[in-house]
Amino acid sequence: MNKVYPNAAAAVAGVKDGMTLLFGGFGLCGIPENSIAAIRDTGIKNLTCVSNNAGVDGFGLGQLLEKRMVKKMISSYVGENDLFEKLYLSGELEVEFTPQGTLAEKLRAGGAGIPAFFTPTGVGTKVAEGKEVREIKGRKYVLEHSITGDFAFIKAWKADKFGNLIFRKTSRNFSPNTATAGRITVAEVEEIVEIGELDPENVHLPGAYVQRIYAAKFEKRIENLTLTPSTGDPKPGISQP
Amino acid sequence: MALLNRDQLAKRISQEVKDGYVVNLGIGIPTLVANHIPAGMFVMLQSENGLLGIGPFPTKENVDADLINAGKQTITTVPGASYFSSADSFAMIRGGHVDLTVLGAMEVDQEGSIANWMVPGKLIKGMGGAMDLVAGAKRVIVAMQHRDKAGNSKILKKCTLPLTGQNCVHRVVTDMAVLDLSKEGFILKEFAPGPSIDDVKAATEAPLTIDPEVREIRF
Repeated sequence: MNKVYPNAAAAVAGVKDGMTLLFGGFGLCGIPENSIAAIRDTGIKNLTCVSNNAGVDGFGLGQLLEKRMVKKMISSYVGENDLFEKLYLSGELEVEFTPQGTLAEKLRAGGAGIPAFFTPTGVGTKVAEGKEVREIKGRKYVLEHSITGDFAFIKAWKADKFGNLIFRKTSRNFSPNTATAGRITVAEVEEIVEIGELDPENVHLPGAYVQRIYAAKFEKRIENLTLTPSTGDPKPGISQP
Repeated sequence: MALLNRDQLAKRISQEVKDGYVVNLGIGIPTLVANHIPAGMFVMLQSENGLLGIGPFPTKENVDADLINAGKQTITTVPGASYFSSADSFAMIRGGHVDLTVLGAMEVDQEGSIANWMVPGKLIKGMGGAMDLVAGAKRVIVAMQHRDKAGNSKILKKCTLPLTGQNCVHRVVTDMAVLDLSKEGFILKEFAPGPSIDDVKAATEAPLTIDPEVREIRF
């Protein structure tokens, strides 16, 4: 067994035109920034990309949009990307808006061998149009189909050489769910340790879900730096108006 | 006619928060609610990107790119916080483990439906987690201005914009009034210190039932 790859270019080998690629991350937090850059350099086209967000101009998935590599995005929120808006409005980019929880569950279920599920989210909205709605115990639910991908790309904090992963803080987000739904899952990490060095109690994602690992350096760009003012009471860190 | 400002609106909504609650606050006025949660009350704020226990914004020295809220802002955590995946986060939301969510809205109607994610013909940014939150939180409170900038009511008989959720809103708190949703539509529970009941009625497209115990908003 050797899951450890020397670099991003080697780890993304096999991606091809027309594939469905899954990406972990929320905003720019915990995105597989090195794999995305390596995919950009392959120049492949007609991709379907599944990711909660679409990066920003020039970073993250924004780079694949710039090179017109993406045919379709499946996302819950894309408000931070001007190029996305342009491509979408001009019809060059197809978008399937999916509620965030439904997207996470589509990936979780896809990785768990569940082909579809009923959810209360989106009943009576555009999201439910054309889908089966069923009443179960007096409440309506919409049938949503799961997602699997040819490749999944995620970022973790630490890996051992079997691919057991530990994530750090909120950079975990979609990554464990995304990882389970990839036929080939590629994890880029800050540190690779020997097998046996990770405490089994603290493994967030077992290595069975991970086929390729590589160590990389990360820019970890911050999208919205917000600080507690040096004077006055600290305010809870929830979104400001 | 004095209406509630954003901070007063948030202060009124903070009265809905109870000790031990798990709360998800949306972007905009809902965010300000956290500033008014009384000291000594144990409340955990949920961030749908995988955190229960949002703390204050960091100082420059404590900024961590791996720790953000749903608005992508840098944050810290409070003691007792936990991290989890997005699927776990929405299991918490959809499964009814979040006691209260407060969201902004463009329109609310008398059937308890809410529209806040899309204006056809304009740029569509996506619904994010809003559809899951209104479908799953135990209590859904909408924080909004009563009227739009042109003075038109945003409290409607029927929403005109694409819905975020159907029959899901429990209470609406605006700069003019506190309205509850019932099978018969909107019930006026409280009104802001400035406007009269007639002013609130005139500013509301949907019919209003006046609660027998209607009173002025207190802080």
